[in-house]
Amino acid sequence: MLNDFLILMKPELLITFIIFLLLFIKVGSSMKNESLLLLIQLVLLLNVIAGFFLNEEGSLFGRLYRTNNFMSLQKSILSIGVYLISLLFSNWLKKSEHLLEFFILLLSALLGMFFLISSGSFLMFFLSLELATIPIAAMANFDLGKKVSSEAAMKMILSSAFSSGILLFGISLIYGATGTTSFSEMPALLTGSPLQILAFVFLFTAFAFKLSIVPFHLWTADVYEGAPVAVTSFLSVISKGAIAFIFTSTLYQVFQPMQAVWYNMVMILAVATMVIGNLFALRQQNIKRFLAFSSIAQVGFILVGMSSNSLPGTSAVAYFILIYVFSNLAAFGVAGAISQQTGKENIDDYKGLYQTNPLLTWIMALGLFSLAGIPPTAGFFGKLFLITAGASKGNYIFITIAALNLVISLYYYLRVIRAMFMDKNETPIPKIFLEAPVRFGLLLCGTGIVLIGLLSWIYDYIITIAA
Amino acid sequence: MNLIYLILLPILTAAGILLVQKPAQVKVVALTGAALQLLLAILLLFAYRQERALGNLAQMLFELEYEWVPGWNINFHVGVDGISIAMILLTAFVVVAGVLVSWNVTKMTKEFYFLLILLSLGAYGFFISLDLFILFFFLEIAVLPKYLLIGIWGSGKKEYAANKLAVMLMGGSALVLVGILGLYFGGSGYTFDLLHLSSISIPRETQMICFPLLFIGFGVFTALFPFHTWVPDGHSAAPTAGSMFLAGISMKLGGYGCLRVATYVMPDAAKEYAPIVILLATIAILYGAFATMMQKDLKYINAYSSVSHCGFVLLGIGMLTQTAVTGAVLQMVSHGVMTALFFAVIGMIYERTHTRQVNEMGGLLKVMPFITTVLMIVGLCSLGLPGLSGFVAEMTVFVGSWQNPGTYHRVATIAACMSIVVTAVYILRAVGKTSMGPLPAAFANLTDAKWNEKAAAIILLAGIFAVGLAPGWLVELIRPATEVITDRLSGK
Repeated sequence: MLNDFLILMKPELLITFIIFLLLFIKVGSSMKNESLLLLIQLVLLLNVIAGFFLNEEGSLFGRLYRTNNFMSLQKSILSIGVYLISLLFSNWLKKSEHLLEFFILLLSALLGMFFLISSGSFLMFFLSLELATIPIAAMANFDLGKKVSSEAAMKMILSSAFSSGILLFGISLIYGATGTTSFSEMPALLTGSPLQILAFVFLFTAFAFKLSIVPFHLWTADVYEGAPVAVTSFLSVISKGAIAFIFTSTLYQVFQPMQAVWYNMVMILAVATMVIGNLFALRQQNIKRFLAFSSIAQVGFILVGMSSNSLPGTSAVAYFILIYVFSNLAAFGVAGAISQQTGKENIDDYKGLYQTNPLLTWIMALGLFSLAGIPPTAGFFGKLFLITAGASKGNYIFITIAALNLVISLYYYLRVIRAMFMDKNETPIPKIFLEAPVRFGLLLCGTGIVLIGLLSWIYDYIITIAA
Repeated sequence: MNLIYLILLPILTAAGILLVQKPAQVKVVALTGAALQLLLAILLLFAYRQERALGNLAQMLFELEYEWVPGWNINFHVGVDGISIAMILLTAFVVVAGVLVSWNVTKMTKEFYFLLILLSLGAYGFFISLDLFILFFFLEIAVLPKYLLIGIWGSGKKEYAANKLAVMLMGGSALVLVGILGLYFGGSGYTFDLLHLSSISIPRETQMICFPLLFIGFGVFTALFPFHTWVPDGHSAAPTAGSMFLAGISMKLGGYGCLRVATYVMPDAAKEYAPIVILLATIAILYGAFATMMQKDLKYINAYSSVSHCGFVLLGIGMLTQTAVTGAVLQMVSHGVMTALFFAVIGMIYERTHTRQVNEMGGLLKVMPFITTVLMIVGLCSLGLPGLSGFVAEMTVFVGSWQNPGTYHRVATIAACMSIVVTAVYILRAVGKTSMGPLPAAFANLTDAKWNEKAAAIILLAGIFAVGLAPGWLVELIRPATEVITDRLSGK
């Protein structure tokens, strides 16, 4: 029993262990920020490596907690993202007075996401979702001197409290309709009665809030803009990824009997999310807002893949999120480095960046190309597999809209590319000094973007373990 | 002959360009890579002919197939037939000439050559792909370099042109993507394999939906009316080598796709939609020719005349007879070489006179005899003088079109023939005004072509004459491949 417990819950236990380690350091040691950050990066790297070993399948606590290889992989993807964040934003983290608190909060949120992925019942699901949300709101407030940061935190708290309320309402309705909260027992009890559909709509809305699916996306841009870049990137990459994972598995496993209902919902919202995310991104000036709207559009593409309701759909979503972690973090990493040293966050400020900072420009370009889905970057494969999965239903109009949205999104990604490479600027951003960890993190992102697509066995591995 | 070399060579060249530091070294690496590409393409031609002479009747030669993504049944499947070889040769000629012409690029030399080589990688990969997924992959690889080439090194309204080109071409490839997915799910057995898809009969409903998607998608690349609007802006804003690659290679990607993917795989729909294709092609031919008459800028003249000339490619494909389809492929090769040379010469003139306005030029034959002579030859080729490549190609298209008995086809053919008169008017006027007449005083001290420019021009001239004087070898190369396509069309 204890062995089971230790091995099955290994990812969660490791994170808990790291959190306690940080707490003890906080209480008992006076390490300097620099060495402390180095230690944290090392521990997080070990955590990533450990995530790939000794993964087993099973469940605990009367099926409240379950895990399998696919879930372990999803957790590993998130761990990789957190490790990259710890590298990319070293400059900013080092100067922070509350480095330890930052990581304790961040890892608590990550722990919540791990439990979320593994949850086997709506109770567990709700608990872990709260654990994954509340620390992020605290983190959004981390630029203590800035008003926008507090405003972002406030908006985040309000909107997530609201969506939690809706979620709880949905859960209680579904419990009332079926008499169970367990994921494994529920499908047999779903008959598609009006009450169940109502409950499902509430649950769906809550997910839509968290994933910022249109029309529940309005909080996203303000929160992304106000929060520090490190937090924004965590929100838009790790948190989105975790919710997308659990959303897919809930739809595919728990609500499988109601797929006729949710296929149409997913499809319509996918179109709305892509189109509106893209159209709003066209006109943004602030790079963080820009990336916020682009990430809304990306969620639209994830929904396209999700609509397929098949094994290729699940694996395409996981594969895309792996790629998305690298691509989006590359873009955020560059934006963060620039904003931290010069305070500049507008796309117009990036004019002429290539003359002074070729490395940063190329990494940014790679990230944006990957987000736009241009080969040979990984994003091309990710997007294409999502769209192919979505096309399996034979709905040509839907797929054409998705494909044309790729073009709209290309247009605004090219705006940034144009500013960096082509536009002239008398006073471009000066040469930015990149410390070793930041440089390493950026190169890691760049390598990931180039290789993950071309190494086709990665997708095959995902599809084998997702089966 | 291993076709992987065709992909590997550009990749190695590009890597080499990234590794060296000085601009002079970059140029040497790029030129070596391009020359090796040409050598490889010629070797491939001979290997192919030898194999055929030995009696190898397989549809595709030198086939290779590796599993790439088994989860989606995506295979790295490559192979060549006569059409692909012709296109590969064309690409290799244009790449060498493009590298030579750009010898004077001083702004970000490394990036410039890197993008040129990347573009050639996309083209080679596209022409040898027998799997629709990798075909699409290479098609998209070839788009972004064009955007950057125009946007960074271009002139005039370069940002507008670059954006327009990127968005329109990506829009085209988005339609291609949907069409390919339609074939994947609507065909049989979830496969992207071109040879498999072309050996089965695709359900009629699927054909009727996917054919327009694929034909329009690829058509955007090859200036299908009314999706030709990126052509004039893109070509005129691009740097010389960029225009050469755009007109010489990139527009051919579209023609090849229309023929190989849309028409070959979906014969029923091709027959059904043929009248529309013919109509649009005829409009493009006439509209392009008349629009050229109004142009005063040399690059715009050549860009609009490209719309007209590429119309012949689509007309040949739409006519669906074997001679017409062969003519379409010939026209792709001919137009590719001819227009690349045209843009190269315009670039050389512009570099010296700093103007492209026909009205401001005159008497250039006196100061730069070599460049102007080439301009004349290329102009005559463009208007279809016998002995040069343009005549052979256009003649074949007309003969093939006339083989269709219907009135509709006859009218379209006659209308398309009329464009030749218009072509003669604008070409002779532009060439005459540029080279003859009094020489403006400002141009008295201009110099003639340098070694690199001469080399580029001679390489492309060799192509024009090789097709124009002895078209037999090229027709022999293409004909068996087009026969396969027309056989499928006639249901054999």
